[in-house]
Amino acid sequence: MFKHLRQLTSLVAMVAVVFVFTTEAMAKKSKTLKNTQKKGFVRCGVSQGLPGFSNADASGNWTGIDVDVCRAVAAAVLGDANKVKFTPLSAKERFTALTSGEIDILSRNTTWTLSRDADIGLTFVGVNFYDGQGFMVRKSSGITSTGQFKNGISACTNIGTTTELNMRDFFNSKGISYEPVAFEKADEVVAAYDAGRCDTYTTDKSGLAAQRTKMKDPDEHIVLPETISKEPLGPVVRQGDAVWEDIVRWSLNTMIEAEEYGITSANADMMKTSDNPQIKRLVGAEGEMGAAFGLDNEWNLRIIKQVGNYGESYKRNIADTGILPDRGPNQLWTKGGILYVPPAR
Amino acid sequence: MNNKIKRYIPQILTILFVVLIFGFFTINAQVNMDNRGIDFGFGFLKQEASFDMQFTLLDYDGQDSYMWAYVVALLNTLLVSFLGIIFCTILGVIIGVARLSGNFLIRNSAAWYVEFFRNIPLLLQIFFWYYAALRALPLPEKAEPWFGVTYMTIKGYYIPSMIWENLSVFMSCLLASIISIIFIKIYAKKIQEKEGKQLPVLYISLGLITILPLLSFLFGGVTLDFEIPVLKQLAKTSFIFEGGIRLPPELIALVLALSLYTSTFVAECVRAGIQGISKGQKEAAASVGLNPNQILKLVIMPQALRIIIPPTTNQYLNLTKNSSLAAAIAYPDLVLVFAGTALMQTGKAIEIVGITMLTYLTISLSIAALMNWYNKRIEIKEK
Repeated sequence: MFKHLRQLTSLVAMVAVVFVFTTEAMAKKSKTLKNTQKKGFVRCGVSQGLPGFSNADASGNWTGIDVDVCRAVAAAVLGDANKVKFTPLSAKERFTALTSGEIDILSRNTTWTLSRDADIGLTFVGVNFYDGQGFMVRKSSGITSTGQFKNGISACTNIGTTTELNMRDFFNSKGISYEPVAFEKADEVVAAYDAGRCDTYTTDKSGLAAQRTKMKDPDEHIVLPETISKEPLGPVVRQGDAVWEDIVRWSLNTMIEAEEYGITSANADMMKTSDNPQIKRLVGAEGEMGAAFGLDNEWNLRIIKQVGNYGESYKRNIADTGILPDRGPNQLWTKGGILYVPPAR
Repeated sequence: MNNKIKRYIPQILTILFVVLIFGFFTINAQVNMDNRGIDFGFGFLKQEASFDMQFTLLDYDGQDSYMWAYVVALLNTLLVSFLGIIFCTILGVIIGVARLSGNFLIRNSAAWYVEFFRNIPLLLQIFFWYYAALRALPLPEKAEPWFGVTYMTIKGYYIPSMIWENLSVFMSCLLASIISIIFIKIYAKKIQEKEGKQLPVLYISLGLITILPLLSFLFGGVTLDFEIPVLKQLAKTSFIFEGGIRLPPELIALVLALSLYTSTFVAECVRAGIQGISKGQKEAAASVGLNPNQILKLVIMPQALRIIIPPTTNQYLNLTKNSSLAAAIAYPDLVLVFAGTALMQTGKAIEIVGITMLTYLTISLSIAALMNWYNKRIEIKEK
């Protein structure tokens, strides 16, 4: 009898242990979230300086729409949009930095492609800027369209980018022989083009517009009208932490949806008493929108209050700085653009 | 416990330690790659590379495989190393000898040269040549010809290319002259050993190597034409040269910086080698009636080389490894193309970095083996 009792108790104990471990595991689903909260800052990989997207000023403050994605995540999980550690990365370094665990979010004007999403241990969580590759030339060259490119043209660009591949597809399909000059850092590319090493500079059009502001005489250069590729740019996370992936995805979605419903950093608190349940859900006044991530209920309110909605971020970083005043495709679907995110409910 | 076992214990512990460390890294990498859904494998080498390179020695197109991109990039690395080694040796020998010159001005300029180029970091020198010196060159349309037919521009150095007809005939003549020179050398040595008579081998060789190939032009139907670069307009203010060969500025800057920097170390090796031979050797050689040329050739140099070769080998290895700094200035070498673009496009970080490391190791060990063989050959043969 005693013998059986002992077996029974050990069985109960085992079940209890297993139960405790599984609930424990369910409660702290995201290792990245736990580590971030323990560290007290979000580790974010950004560019080495692309005005409008991620750029540091003289005192080391980062601004840009890519930077705002990381700030939104920091506001959501840590309560303070300033608790972000930014790591500037070259195009070549960025994915290794993410997969090796040096950063937890890569928000660095990175194009979402099949091979990147599927092959190299990364997951794209959304699109925060719809872009396309273009060409910049000197105004004095008289070139006004890519149709005027001739054999022997030299093109400066970055290594390790989709740009390098699109450029080849483009010139090949046109049957033009060209000289690719690929540098590791964006600043080196701009300097080489500016000095006359290359006849044209190619990258995403937003990048061309942003880099133009850095040149000796911006008015001497024009961006050609043709767009040769689709470049949906968005934040990336490591594969294997679904909850963290969801947090980043919905932080971005919250910003875009907040604009759709007219919630801004200024009026977010007032919106808590709105009649519209969807607005109330977006400011944490209805539903349990944070529980699934292991966050409190006002995570989205903090994003809107501290970082603002997508429109505010775009205006502050890209429109008011004169980079691309026209939002183009990066306008809400309700206003003729293609920004359309799933509903937060 | 006897001494034998005691001696083995540290050895075994060391091996165990090394194995454990390697095991830890392997398992760690495996677990993390599994978690992130990254596979390990070399299958990607057969995939289409789909990116282009600005400068290649062999035909390369984006449709070729990553494997071929690797080979082409490796050749670019070897080209830079080869050119760098040649130039740094020539410069190094001249500067090294100049440092021992009796002329105050020559001796001191050589010393200043060595101190100057040796003590500035190499990367900085590469940047200087590329961003400061070569960027200041004129655009193609404004370039003045050098030697009438070559143009130094911001887009590169354009030189005429050679167009051969019946190149094989010319080459076989050249080969024939080289082979006959070798035979003449062997014959001359025999004559000298037998009769003590010296043949003017140098003049005969010079004669052979000019006359035989010249004959091929006259009777072998060999012709040589030059294609001279011609300015071509791409757009209102954008020009290039067409025809001829273009040496990209990235290559020029890299070779310049590498050879100037390394030549200072080679110069010091040469100086040390010559100074390492005692004065008595020279005096003894003179007293048996050798002339100054013979003294240098037969007595000083063979001994000095023994001192010069081993440290110079190190410098060649350094130069080859330093050539990977090419990545900083867009020269498509192994690091920029394979460990850069290819790594980015495939995401195969461990495989590609591994291959690259092994490649550099192989190049370095091959150079070392070659130089060791040469060193063995000129060693004192004890009889």
